[in-house]
Amino acid sequence: MSAFLEIRDLSARLRGTRERVLRSVSLQVPPGTVRGLVGESGAGKSMIGKAVLGVLPRAVEIVEGEILLEGDDLLKASPATRRRLIGAKTALVPQDPLTALNPSRRIGRQVTDRLVDILGWDKARATTRALEMLAEVRIQEPERVMRLYPHELSGGMRQRVLIAAAFAAEPKLIVADEPTTALDVTVQKQTLRLISELQARHGTALLFVTHDLGVVAKICDRLSVLYAGKVVEDTGVEKFFATPGHPYSAALLAATPRHTDPTSSLRPVPAAVLDAVGDEIAAADAAWRPHG
Amino acid sequence: MLDGRMATRRRAGARLWLSAAWLLVVALAALLAPLIAPHDPLAQDLLLGRLPPVFMAGSEPGYLLGTDSLGRDVLSRMIYGARVALVVALAAGVATCLIGSALGLAAGFYRGWTDRIVGRLVDIWMAFPPVLFAILLIAVLGASLSSVVLAIIVIDWTRFCRVVRAETLNQSQMDYVNSARVAGFTRLRTLLTEILPNVMPVIVALLTLEMGIAVIVEAILSFVNLSVSTDAPTWGGMIAEGRIAIYQAWWVLAFPLVALFLTVLSFAQLGEGLRDRFDPVLR
Repeated sequence: MSAFLEIRDLSARLRGTRERVLRSVSLQVPPGTVRGLVGESGAGKSMIGKAVLGVLPRAVEIVEGEILLEGDDLLKASPATRRRLIGAKTALVPQDPLTALNPSRRIGRQVTDRLVDILGWDKARATTRALEMLAEVRIQEPERVMRLYPHELSGGMRQRVLIAAAFAAEPKLIVADEPTTALDVTVQKQTLRLISELQARHGTALLFVTHDLGVVAKICDRLSVLYAGKVVEDTGVEKFFATPGHPYSAALLAATPRHTDPTSSLRPVPAAVLDAVGDEIAAADAAWRPHG
Repeated sequence: MLDGRMATRRRAGARLWLSAAWLLVVALAALLAPLIAPHDPLAQDLLLGRLPPVFMAGSEPGYLLGTDSLGRDVLSRMIYGARVALVVALAAGVATCLIGSALGLAAGFYRGWTDRIVGRLVDIWMAFPPVLFAILLIAVLGASLSSVVLAIIVIDWTRFCRVVRAETLNQSQMDYVNSARVAGFTRLRTLLTEILPNVMPVIVALLTLEMGIAVIVEAILSFVNLSVSTDAPTWGGMIAEGRIAIYQAWWVLAFPLVALFLTVLSFAQLGEGLRDRFDPVLR
């Protein structure tokens, strides 16, 4: 078994329509590696993460494909088994730290809850672990923070709490859904470094959803470039930045604003490139035959 | 902390304490009615009819707020009337809250069929004119305290249901609910520990509002003689009786009206105050 997470030909569509939002997506995340998912808004980056974690919006249904977690197909498993597999082996670092912690419960409970109730740890051990993790994400006075409510922490601190909570149960896969997007630019970098550090130390596989190619360059090993729910390129990070393998990838890379040249105007992806990808997708759709 | 939150908190505090104080007075009056009422609320004395309250000329000592046309002591009747008002407020308020909130939580959280059925039911229910519906119900069930309570539940559960459902929907969109699902918590546990505590401030505010409304509805039903039996004093009944003699003895109507007004206002303010106090984000 090479990959911890493997997605094969995953297609999803809006319920009751023929419009696919994910078009035969395939990707692998071997243990201890970071896979970036990049693309424009609405390209389906987050959708893949949600499909893996089983929290797709009601309006989206999976049509076909496999999501293998250590070889177990989540989509074929019973709902209870699926929940158990996902709960025990994965975790989520959400996008918006402001809505990702329950405002009416103390931090401590929110970090230990899952350890105690899902993984069956005893309370003392879970508390020790939570304190350890909070210290690991460099939160000062973890004992005090455990007793606080989320609104008493800054956005950056909340995100670190969420990172600590995600890593606390030693999951084998973490889905990070644009974890730095909602943060101030000044704390983005630190948060990113923290995630990268913890990922390396704990040997976790990481599925990193982002629209920021700069972030990809810093922490990912491989990346999938998505357009309209289709993987247009699956490549190693160094190769991507040196010689992008698809015209859309190249255009996306060229569109990234550069801080070395702040006066240059933004370069949108050229219409010709979009037309070409559109044709490619239309061709793929025409050739696609859903099967059971 | 020295910031703007302090100011709102202090204001909310005064409101909370004033309304709580009035409700405490009403509650004590209701509990201790036989001990503190200066007269028997039902004792008539036609020689002492329409006595004005103590601060007006022609008043009789011992009759603080005067007497009505039949010579019954207004203060004693108000004290006993507080019993009916409070029982109705508590029983009807709590029952309405439980039924409406449970349905609203279920509809907003489970969506799908539950939501559709509850939603249609609420729509149909709200098309009935509420007061007429209550009068009809009591006419069928017979006038008694329990039918008044039942009528209020039947009329008002939709208010809770709609508001609680909307707030539950709102909370269900939050990332922490998603995280709970990813962690593998059951739906029920997610509902009880993640969503309910965050919907609670709304429920508390609605509950106290509903208690006020229950007092008013009871008064309305007393006014049209459809509440508890006519010889038990109620504020609504006193207002109805006072209306007949309003030019000769305005106090018979005015004092229960003031008590009613203060009680309903206090319930509403108490709700606001409690919400400010228990909402962890505002706290």
